[in-house]
Amino acid sequence: METLIQQFINGLVIGSVYALIALGYTMVYGILGLINFAHGDVLMVGALVALQTMMFLMGMAPGMSPLVMLAIALLVAIVVCMLLGFTMERLAYRRLRNAPRLAPLITAIGVSFLLQTIAMIIWGRNYHTYPQLISTTPLQPIEGVFVTPVQITIVIASAALMIGLLLLVNRTKIGRAMRATAENHRVASLMGVDTNAVIAFTFVVGAALAAVAGVMFASNYGIAHYGMGFMPGLKAFTAAVLGGIGNLGGAMLGGVMLGLVESFGAGYIEHLTFGFLNSSYQDIFAFIILGLVLIFRPTGLLGERVSDRA
Amino acid sequence: MITLLEARNIGKRFGGLQALSDVSLTIRKGEVYGLIGPNGAGKTTFFNVLTGAYTPDGGEFVFNGSELPVGKPHKVVGRGIARTFQNIRLFRELTALENVMAGHHIRTKAGVWGVLTQNRFTREEERLTTERAYELLKYVGIERFAEVVSKNLSYGDQRRLEIARALATEPQLLALDEPAAGMNATETAQLKLLIEQIRRDGITVMLIEHDVKLVMGLCDRVAVLDFGKKIAEDVPAVVQRNDAVIAAYLGGGKHAH
Amino acid sequence: MNELAAAVPWLGKRNPMAARWLILIIAIVAPFIAWQFGKSWVRILDFALLYMMLALGLNLVVGFAGLLDLGYIAFYAVGAYTFAFLASPHFDVHLPFWVILPLGAGFAALAGIMLGFPVLRLRGDYLAIVTLGFGEIVRIFMLNLNYPVNITNGPQGINMIDPINLFGWDLSRNIQVTENFTINSLFLYYYFFLLAVAASIVFIQRLQISRVGRAWAAMRDDELAAKAIGINTRNMKLLAFSLGATFGGVSGCLFGAFQGFVSPESFSLMESIAVLTMVVFGGMGNIAGAVVGAFVLALLPEVLRDVAVPLQQTLFGHVLLDPEVLRMLLLSLAMILMMLLRPAGMIPARARYSHDHHLSNKLKQGGAK
Ligand SMILES: Nc1ncnc2c1ncn2[C@@H]1O[C@H](COP(=O)(O)OP(=O)(O)OP(=O)(O)O)[C@@H](O)[C@H]1O
Ligand SMILES: [Mg+2]
Repeated sequence: METLIQQFINGLVIGSVYALIALGYTMVYGILGLINFAHGDVLMVGALVALQTMMFLMGMAPGMSPLVMLAIALLVAIVVCMLLGFTMERLAYRRLRNAPRLAPLITAIGVSFLLQTIAMIIWGRNYHTYPQLISTTPLQPIEGVFVTPVQITIVIASAALMIGLLLLVNRTKIGRAMRATAENHRVASLMGVDTNAVIAFTFVVGAALAAVAGVMFASNYGIAHYGMGFMPGLKAFTAAVLGGIGNLGGAMLGGVMLGLVESFGAGYIEHLTFGFLNSSYQDIFAFIILGLVLIFRPTGLLGERVSDRA
Repeated sequence: MITLLEARNIGKRFGGLQALSDVSLTIRKGEVYGLIGPNGAGKTTFFNVLTGAYTPDGGEFVFNGSELPVGKPHKVVGRGIARTFQNIRLFRELTALENVMAGHHIRTKAGVWGVLTQNRFTREEERLTTERAYELLKYVGIERFAEVVSKNLSYGDQRRLEIARALATEPQLLALDEPAAGMNATETAQLKLLIEQIRRDGITVMLIEHDVKLVMGLCDRVAVLDFGKKIAEDVPAVVQRNDAVIAAYLGGGKHAH
Repeated sequence: MNELAAAVPWLGKRNPMAARWLILIIAIVAPFIAWQFGKSWVRILDFALLYMMLALGLNLVVGFAGLLDLGYIAFYAVGAYTFAFLASPHFDVHLPFWVILPLGAGFAALAGIMLGFPVLRLRGDYLAIVTLGFGEIVRIFMLNLNYPVNITNGPQGINMIDPINLFGWDLSRNIQVTENFTINSLFLYYYFFLLAVAASIVFIQRLQISRVGRAWAAMRDDELAAKAIGINTRNMKLLAFSLGATFGGVSGCLFGAFQGFVSPESFSLMESIAVLTMVVFGGMGNIAGAVVGAFVLALLPEVLRDVAVPLQQTLFGHVLLDPEVLRMLLLSLAMILMMLLRPAGMIPARARYSHDHHLSNKLKQGGAK
């Protein structure tokens, strides 16, 4: 029973991080039909920039309270990632909006590897230990079940951000413009929406969420390096597809579900395969789920049916 | 008169929109059958369902006495139904000739083994395919563009190429979706001649068209769709005077071109 | 070969025949030139040929059939591991080369079909991600299948793989011609791989100009229209997947035997991306592009290694960008810049899907034109 609860908690924590990343994928996909392959690497940049800032602050103002330090680092990471998101859209994707369909995706893959390479040049190949500015001393709310303050913070902060995003999209003027653009670019621009600005805005918001997710991810595992964005990126994409790509609520649901599946899967895979596979296979769950969803319900759990018009 | 195609109670729904409801019609061998109606009436949808691009919600098609497979476009083509698209869909990077050659796919057999070994059968088949494709380009009158990449052809020539490609599948029924759209008067006149020729060569034609003159001049019989329902079916002269039809065209507020 | 000849600058258009001979001569003397710079350069050429074969196979899938496969390297891995299992002390099996090669190709083709079946209904970009996932799954299995039963020997990989042996002729032995003239084994491999690449080119060219190649191109350009003219797109996609995989499997076998050991490290996503970049760089959908792309992008990182590293030493006193970083930088920039500036690739030859001699015969008969 304790393990069950424990795995639920672990799954929920990592699932909320996936959900945050998945939102970025889903927003961009909803509006452009593009899988922004480099989205996971924005997360990595966010984590590493925050790390750099924290190191800098620790050197400059050693007496600063950890929370303030974290807030500043987070802010810097968010700003840098927003700029990055904006630049990517502006320099690469915008020119490819009417290109043959494989071109944007191939470019996105190139951007992803370029970001990793640049990160490798700046921060080297090694793993950096991530400063734990929020306590990682586990609490024991139930006998035998552990949860750290970092984990609690992650879940709460993700929930808050997601609610904020939903409000942004559903209640504000720019949100309405985003929905209109997602519905139909041409019509939206005829109605006076500056679709270019909306698209850029979407990238920027997605990048900001990724920055936060990056800091969370690195804090949770206590480690960061240039390739750290790849797996969570892929998994978040899976989450977005699972929930129904293009659908915000779907991305959140998909993220949390994927986190849970992974957590339970890793815990039980040995029993399920009679000891043949162990938890080092944890990463394959996401791919298997992705495959299954795409085959049996390509529109995802909450997605609408879209058909290719003849 | 022999029946070639019989549509029985075809229905198709898109979400809340009933694009086709209970459409039944019969096409006889050798005729040119017009399918007209205001914009959004469901004409293209009918083609899509007929050719297997969409699966109907209800009803069935009987072609040459037996039922057509549902949702399997390549099998429908094999049975002898070919189509063109309202918004031209050519293979952009292929030349005109290659487009038509691709259209011959279903009537040829060469497989990987034959292709890799380039055996007699494959070489011969390839030669015949090329020749036939060339003949078809000539038939529709664009053989001089045989080696032009199709995306570089003019609009009218692209439409004719699409017809040639459809003919390459050796159909008994050729379904044309607004072939005259975007053509000027001369091109339309040539198109009319072409369709007449196709009919003389024994291929039944089903024609969606907004150009009233063309429809009246070409079609033996015409069916009218409005909001997914068949509201009339008769010879052009009669349909033209049908009150429901006139109301549909005027009432819809969307005039034909 | 025609495409390749036409791609030769200046000469290609004026005198295709001469261009052809030029290519042939270059291909034959290349290792001798490389030898002048050192033995390792011949080795690099050998690898470049393997990359060419991979690029040719991937081009078939991506360029001809329009299916973006990001897990292509998995088929290379299947070939390499098949060879390693069946010709090494690992299981103590030593089957002959000519037995393993078809097996490796066959297993890779099978893997292609297995991957293809479920995913072929997917749209292009989903397909890319799922194939990427497939590549990663294969790699995860290679890394971890050393426990509880040791199948792949985990991250260490498999060593001491038998060399290629053509009916008793061991390609890994230098041939002593006279006292002071030996033909290095690397040359033997070079010419053997060259033959393999040449055969691949012939096969792929035949496929391209055929009923099959046209069906692929049709499907790539407009899937719905392809269905509407009677192409069974599912079967054609499966065919593309499995044939592409076959080329991957064959080059994997050659790779395993040539290198003598295999480990999961050689089959990372980066390698899939590298091969894709070669295809994109040369020009998707044409054979010359795949060949040139593979040649340039397999060699350039090595040249950089030789040039840029000492250059950095002298300029900055230490190495800022190590060769691996340079390679990644080069590949990712190549991919982005090509897509933005020259999406048709360096060799934007239009691939032919019909024999012009058939048409010219027809034209002569008809007296038209
Ligand atoms: N794939 C689809 N998904 C949703 N709705 C569709 C789809 N295809 C067609 N429709 C809708 O079905 C209705 C009928 O469309 P259809 O294309 O058959 O009209 P049409 O008679 O061909 O009109 P037009 O003369 O403009 O070509 C339209 O309202 C259209 O918007
Ligand atoms: Mg229509």
